[in-house]
Amino acid sequence: MKIVVAMRQIADLVEELEVDASGADIDREFVKFVSNEWDEAALEEALCLKEAHGGEVVVVGVDDVDFDQTLFGALAKGADRAVKLDCGFEGWMPTAVRAEILARWLREESFDLVLTGVQAADDLDGQLAGVLGARLGLPHAAVVVGLEPDGSGFKVTQELGGGVTLTSHATGPLVLGIQAARQAPRYVPISRIRQAMSAGGIEVVEVEAPSARAPKVTRLFAPEAKGRAEMLGDKPSEVAARIVELIRAKGVSVS
Amino acid sequence: MAENDVVVIAERVVGGHPDVTFELLGKAKEIASALGGEVHCLVVGSPEGHECLGASDHLHLVEGEHLWPYNPHAWESAVSALLTQIKPRLVLASTGTVGIDLCGALAAQSGSMLASYVVDLSVEGSTLMAVAQLYGGKLMAECDLGDGPAFVTAIPGSFASQATRVDGVANATSHAHEAAEVRMRHVALTEPEKTGVDITSEELLVSVGRGIGSQSNIDLAQELAEVLGAGLSASRPVIDQGWLPKAHQVGKSGKKVKPKIYLALGISGAPEHLEGMRQAELIIACNTDATAPIFEVAHYGTTADLFDLVPEILDLIGG
Ligand SMILES: Cc1cc2nc3c(=O)[nH]c(=O)nc-3n(C[C@H](O)[C@H](O)[C@H](O)COP(=O)(O)OP(=O)(O)OC[C@H]3O[C@@H](n4cnc5c(N)ncnc54)[C@H](O)[C@@H]3O)c2cc1C
Repeated sequence: MKIVVAMRQIADLVEELEVDASGADIDREFVKFVSNEWDEAALEEALCLKEAHGGEVVVVGVDDVDFDQTLFGALAKGADRAVKLDCGFEGWMPTAVRAEILARWLREESFDLVLTGVQAADDLDGQLAGVLGARLGLPHAAVVVGLEPDGSGFKVTQELGGGVTLTSHATGPLVLGIQAARQAPRYVPISRIRQAMSAGGIEVVEVEAPSARAPKVTRLFAPEAKGRAEMLGDKPSEVAARIVELIRAKGVSVS
Repeated sequence: MAENDVVVIAERVVGGHPDVTFELLGKAKEIASALGGEVHCLVVGSPEGHECLGASDHLHLVEGEHLWPYNPHAWESAVSALLTQIKPRLVLASTGTVGIDLCGALAAQSGSMLASYVVDLSVEGSTLMAVAQLYGGKLMAECDLGDGPAFVTAIPGSFASQATRVDGVANATSHAHEAAEVRMRHVALTEPEKTGVDITSEELLVSVGRGIGSQSNIDLAQELAEVLGAGLSASRPVIDQGWLPKAHQVGKSGKKVKPKIYLALGISGAPEHLEGMRQAELIIACNTDATAPIFEVAHYGTTADLFDLVPEILDLIGG
């Protein structure tokens, strides 16, 4: 079984995001870029499948800030190959463009599954799995929380919301947007990542950035403080007292 | 006038039609009237309960093999076939599983524009303008979708809903769909297990997010919940890490809760989480990041560290 995992970088949401001078993108100069958390779930699921059933895991993505780190992390965790598609693109990349770059590369590869994260926080023009599935003419499913080889294909379980799940049998190849893996993404010690780095091993493929239809962002802005919270300060003892007061005032009995 | 029509994909997969379909119908009417078009609603698989979708001008009931229960592959083929006939200007769905499954693929196939995570939509001249919520709700993007065909997936709760639950359907058409090739077959639809835990019945919820840091720290939140006589709930990452069972999850793929008080500890306030708790009567949020979107919906907030705050509350009420 050959599993391709499409991964990418995303601005770290723990940090403050500022808007750049154009007013239409985040200021990429100062923000930290990290691996998309749902792609990490997709990688984990791929590694678990390989461990249980054998096969090969290939990680691929379009080059971006600190993407090497993500790829070396994946190799250290047990991926067999890591491929970086380099098109010299800078700034926000529409899903449609990313999908086309990946599709061109995937058309030259054989694979049974393409796994990617269910979403990324800047997917303004749609989530990758569906767009990529359509470009490759393959069945696809999003919000996947379960995956098992089953006869000639795979059993795929999706969340439909409110705790309802749907299991389907699909004949491959397939493109799936992973919401959660069977276990939390594994931790890999920094020493193993360093080993992967000194071994090198990232394949770099030069590609062209295609054009694609995507919404034109005219303004990026912080949400207008409509009903913003009244702040209780940050001194824990005072805040605690206010919170207990608020709870009591609501008529909820606390001892 | 089809080129100015608006299509709403009804996303019922179990039970009754979800609120979001009515929110979308309301928005569809507004956009269609601005464009001078009409509203179509697509009901795929089972026609059960379609009578309440009377707000649309045209109701399309599509039935066929593999279309019920929900099957992403078969639905895509059925919806694609109908859209080829209707040729609408705009297709609306939500950012739930059905919308995510269908819209990206259908937009890619037809070379149409797609905007996701949309919370507002309007017509300016001949152009569709959308506002999308990006970066987990930290930033909003106002964008131009041009004057050609477009797909939009909207975040549930963005548009008013009740006005468009209209009984009686004037213009319903049945369609039989035969999929050319079925590469996905139904195996099972599973409803959530009933466990002893029912976070939806609690008056007071202590809710923890990834900010709680580790499984062992859950004990601290548990203690607070016990002392307050509250229920303990959590955001999705806490559940995915295995720190608490699924029955405790609040949000899009968990439970919708409406307690008198929701105390959010270390939760950022991503749209999928807000979907499950924004209707709580009083929301108090503790998050060290002053720009966390949870403060947009909370009534009271603090940037104190939860590990400093919780022990203080425990001290006060004699935990
Ligand atoms: C289809 C789909 C369905 C989903 N369904 C759900 C759902 O049902 N429920 C759900 O919750 N999510 C759901 N999600 C996930 C959602 O997008 C977010 O990833 C998730 O809600 C984030 O959880 P969080 O706020 O706990 O974590 P984070 O976003 O990582 O936030 C943690 C927060 O804790 C704060 N913090 C850290 N340390 C401290 C401290 N010591 N004291 C105080 N604050 C601290 C940080 O500032 C940060 O804001 C879904 C996603 C998808 C794609």
